Amino acid sequence: MKVKMLSRNPDNYVRETKLDLQRVPRNYDPTLHPFEVPREYVRALNATKLERVRIWNLTKRNCIRTIQAHEGFVRGICTRFCGSSFFTVGDDKTVKQWKMDGPGFGEEEEPLHTILGKTVYTGIDHHWKEGIFATCGQQVDIWDEQKTSPICSMTWGFDSISSVKFNPIETFLLGSCASDRNIVLYDMRQATPLKKVILDMRTNTICWNPMEAFIFTAANEDYKEVYHTKRMQHVICVKWTSDSKYIMCGSDEMNIRLWKANASEKLGVLTSREKTAKDYNQKLKEKFQYHPHIKRIARHRHLPKPIYSQIQEQRIMKEARRRKEVNRLKHSKPGSVPMVSEKKKHVVAVVK
Amino acid sequence: MVQDLQALDSHRKEFKNESWWGIRAAKSLLALREQEELEDLPNDYPSSTSEDEGDSGGERKHQKLLKAISSLDGKNRRKLAERSEASLKVSEFTVSSKGSGERLVLSDLLELVKTSSSLATVKKQLNRVRSKKTVELPLNKEEVERTHREVAFSKTSQALSKWDPIVQKNRQAEQLVLPLVKEQSAFAPIEHVLSGWKARTTLEQEIFNLLGKNKQPVTDPLLTLVEKASLKAMSLEMAKMRRAELQRARALQSYYEARARREKKIKSKKYHSVLKKGKAKKSLKEFEKLRKANPAAALEELEKLEKARTMERMSLKHQNSGKWAKSKAVMAKYDLEARQAMQDQLARNKELTQKVQVASESEEEEGGEEEEGDLLVPDAVNEAHVTTDGPNPWMVRNHSDDTKEAEIQKDSEQLPEPMANEASESEEEERPVAEEEILLKEFKESQSLRKMSALNQDTKPVGRQETGDSSTQEVLSKLRALSQKLNKDNHPCRKQNMGSVRTVLSTQREGPAGEEEEPLLLQSPERAQTLEELKELSKEGCFQNEELPRPALEGQQVERNNQPSAPKKKMKEQMIDLQNILTTKSPSVKSSAVPTIEELEDEQEREQKQMIKEAFAGDDVIRDFLKEKRVTVEASKPKDVDLTLPGWGEWGGVGLKPSAKKRRRFLIKAPEGPPRKDKNLPNVIINEKRNIHAAAHQVRVLPYPFTHHQQFERTVQTPIGSTWNTQRASQKLTTPKVVTKPGHIIKPIKAEDVGYRSSSRSDLSVIQRNPERLSIHHKKQLKKN
Repeated sequence: MKVKMLSRNPDNYVRETKLDLQRVPRNYDPTLHPFEVPREYVRALNATKLERVRIWNLTKRNCIRTIQAHEGFVRGICTRFCGSSFFTVGDDKTVKQWKMDGPGFGEEEEPLHTILGKTVYTGIDHHWKEGIFATCGQQVDIWDEQKTSPICSMTWGFDSISSVKFNPIETFLLGSCASDRNIVLYDMRQATPLKKVILDMRTNTICWNPMEAFIFTAANEDYKEVYHTKRMQHVICVKWTSDSKYIMCGSDEMNIRLWKANASEKLGVLTSREKTAKDYNQKLKEKFQYHPHIKRIARHRHLPKPIYSQIQEQRIMKEARRRKEVNRLKHSKPGSVPMVSEKKKHVVAVVK
Repeated sequence: MVQDLQALDSHRKEFKNESWWGIRAAKSLLALREQEELEDLPNDYPSSTSEDEGDSGGERKHQKLLKAISSLDGKNRRKLAERSEASLKVSEFTVSSKGSGERLVLSDLLELVKTSSSLATVKKQLNRVRSKKTVELPLNKEEVERTHREVAFSKTSQALSKWDPIVQKNRQAEQLVLPLVKEQSAFAPIEHVLSGWKARTTLEQEIFNLLGKNKQPVTDPLLTLVEKASLKAMSLEMAKMRRAELQRARALQSYYEARARREKKIKSKKYHSVLKKGKAKKSLKEFEKLRKANPAAALEELEKLEKARTMERMSLKHQNSGKWAKSKAVMAKYDLEARQAMQDQLARNKELTQKVQVASESEEEEGGEEEEGDLLVPDAVNEAHVTTDGPNPWMVRNHSDDTKEAEIQKDSEQLPEPMANEASESEEEERPVAEEEILLKEFKESQSLRKMSALNQDTKPVGRQETGDSSTQEVLSKLRALSQKLNKDNHPCRKQNMGSVRTVLSTQREGPAGEEEEPLLLQSPERAQTLEELKELSKEGCFQNEELPRPALEGQQVERNNQPSAPKKKMKEQMIDLQNILTTKSPSVKSSAVPTIEELEDEQEREQKQMIKEAFAGDDVIRDFLKEKRVTVEASKPKDVDLTLPGWGEWGGVGLKPSAKKRRRFLIKAPEGPPRKDKNLPNVIINEKRNIHAAAHQVRVLPYPFTHHQQFERTVQTPIGSTWNTQRASQKLTTPKVVTKPGHIIKPIKAEDVGYRSSSRSDLSVIQRNPERLSIHHKKQLKKN
């Protein structure tokens, strides 16, 4: 007599070691899972709630070196592309180059070079590949490191330029922003400005995209993200770290702060399970981002009360404006009221 | 006066124009004038017929020219004009009309020059000047700058456009890992790092002094001699070879392991017994070799055997006393195999408990054959042989045990032999039989398989037949409809037709039963049907009219399509009457007092309405709306629940329905819900399905990249978690768009990285190459410096 038995391969259900996860056989038949969307939605809600600000105390960030660089304000600072030295400009109309390493034993702290200019410089940026740097003030000057006078200077109208930045990819391109709300692009090779865009708000500084040569960001009042903590006052300057994980800022109350760029991100090495969970949560947030509750939680920030109330006010104003526009569109002859995209609303004019 | 003024104006214009040719043109003119003067001196009054006229004309022209040139500075333009008027109008000799509309043309000036060949260069120059068009005004500074900027912008934007495809690609990429280029972690040797370093502080200097005392190499090289030697101990090639060897060994081992694992899994007992025997033989041979080569080692082997013997004697493993053995003992009476198995076990016991003789030197001489035999077959077969030879393990055992027992054992030993033989014989006999059986089985199996396949083939055509049947039914219905239509005509051939249709159907129904055994022939029943259908149709056609069949068919189809809608229409019409009462204005009662104009207007209105009605005759919006409303109201009403189970408590089966009583009993009537909000609003449908609690979680506006709500719903509907997807799928679904690594600097993208050729010239060199483009401001600065 032959008896047939059910036989299962233990490899399919037995874990190799005690530390492994228990294997759970699953049936992926969609008819057996009628609540997949609601369940994922709940997961998305929880994933969004995880994104809370946690403030990390970074102790022992001691100061290595202090330089008395300028008389008066130091208006701008930039490092050389190689990282061996850095440049500063100040209210005393000078441009100074300093060594990155501290002075040796018995040496005095002195700049490598000092250039005395005619006007006050308000900003400086270094070329990404060569020994060239650009300063701004009344005009944009391009300097050779070896020379004491600018090799070319470019102007367009008369206004004080607050910041100038080299394009990291097409390195001959420059962008500057001035106090009369405009942004001007320059071509260093042809020694001429290219185009001027006047916005409805003043731009403090600009930053080029390191991956897309023709994209840059302008720092305006219309922010996207808020980093806030107690006792922080007027923030003067902000920088991302090069690995895009942290943000540093210096503020009026003489503190340098290091922020996690993404507050809910976990630092350190992630296990594979943590990583998959993180990816899954991110994707869920992305998938359900338009749902009102998830949007609300994701948008929420703890803010000081005056800012919070101002934001509310602004929101109401914005909504009213939008409603009015919609109504106007609705009750006018089709085609008579043009639809202006949000991107174009902020541009007052483009000057050739 | 006026004419003169005009003339002067024209002159001035000309000169203005000419002056705009540039300074060079003006200069050449001046030079020309000088030349003329110079020429006039020697060639005073050249002989010609029109001496006076030419002279006077020339003088006048000269005067004019001078005036014009002097007027170029523009200060005393008007004055000049005033001054000239008298001289022009009043001439000494005649009232000349020449001056009024005359213009100074270059050719006039050249006429004089033509005669002398020495002025060829000037002539050429003048010709060139004349041939050239007038140069336009130089633009003002702002405009120049703007054009510069525009040109530069177009150039730069063109240069940047090469990044478009890359940016596009990166944006559309499934995943972008930043930094794009992996950094090569370069470890600089410490000597290089420290090469530029000097000890400057006192502490450092002290430490270096100490190091120097101990002969520790401070600068390059930092390694001591011993360290160097150890580094050089193995050359790179040697190391490589060694590594390769190790790799090979590892691979071989893994192959061996895999093979062993595979062999271990083989369940065949026969295979294992053969294997065991082979192993035993092999071990024996090896033992022999060992005995010859290395007697000490052989002795050790023997000791091992001895140990196994003691172990066996201690245990009851092969004493026929276990559970298995007892169960076999029950069966042993009837089952040959069981008996055999028991015997085998006992034999094994004996074999193991047999005392292994320590190989003596005398035996060594005798050779390996007997020994081999001993070890291989320690059975009763060799017993006599062993007894003659020397100390008999059996004897030893016999001495220790009872002789009877031994005898019994002998018997038992002897008994199984023939049995075993028999068994083997029977096996041998059986083997061919078994083979035959196998062959038979195979044959049967193949037969059955064939049958199965045949059945399958059968079933397939049956299925087809079914589909065919359905199609035939369709055809039937069609034909019926057709014949009905034909009925109207009261054609005499109607009955025949029907008959033919019936016959066709009957043949088709019979078809499958008859044709089951020939599935191949049945491959395309449908086609056959269609053919038949066509035939039938043609028949009909010949009965009635040759052109009839197709239109008839179409008409009939249309009729079929219309059939369901026809009763609905009637229903609708009924509804509309009600509705019309509801919606249309009640006709105003007209009195004779109402003025006729109004009536006219009314008529006009009516006409208008009529027109509109005619225009929109096709789409009755109101009816559609009412219908929609009725449908929604019906749908929103709670439904009764029927809980009757057929066959429960009474007979069930095909064609039997549960009794009315039972149905009544188990029908749960749904409670009537609250009245609809739009109950009294005939023109409104209020959707009561909307759930406020759910609405809080619903997306109100279609998000940007989606163009249709279905797309969005679909994206939300598809789960991405591992609970509903396979691991691989969920991993793929949840890959992040951008991945950054902590601590890795994201450098800006480079042209070389993405396969573009970056410009070889540096920006600095380009700037220095075109200094003329530097702005004026900067030039000033340079001058100052």
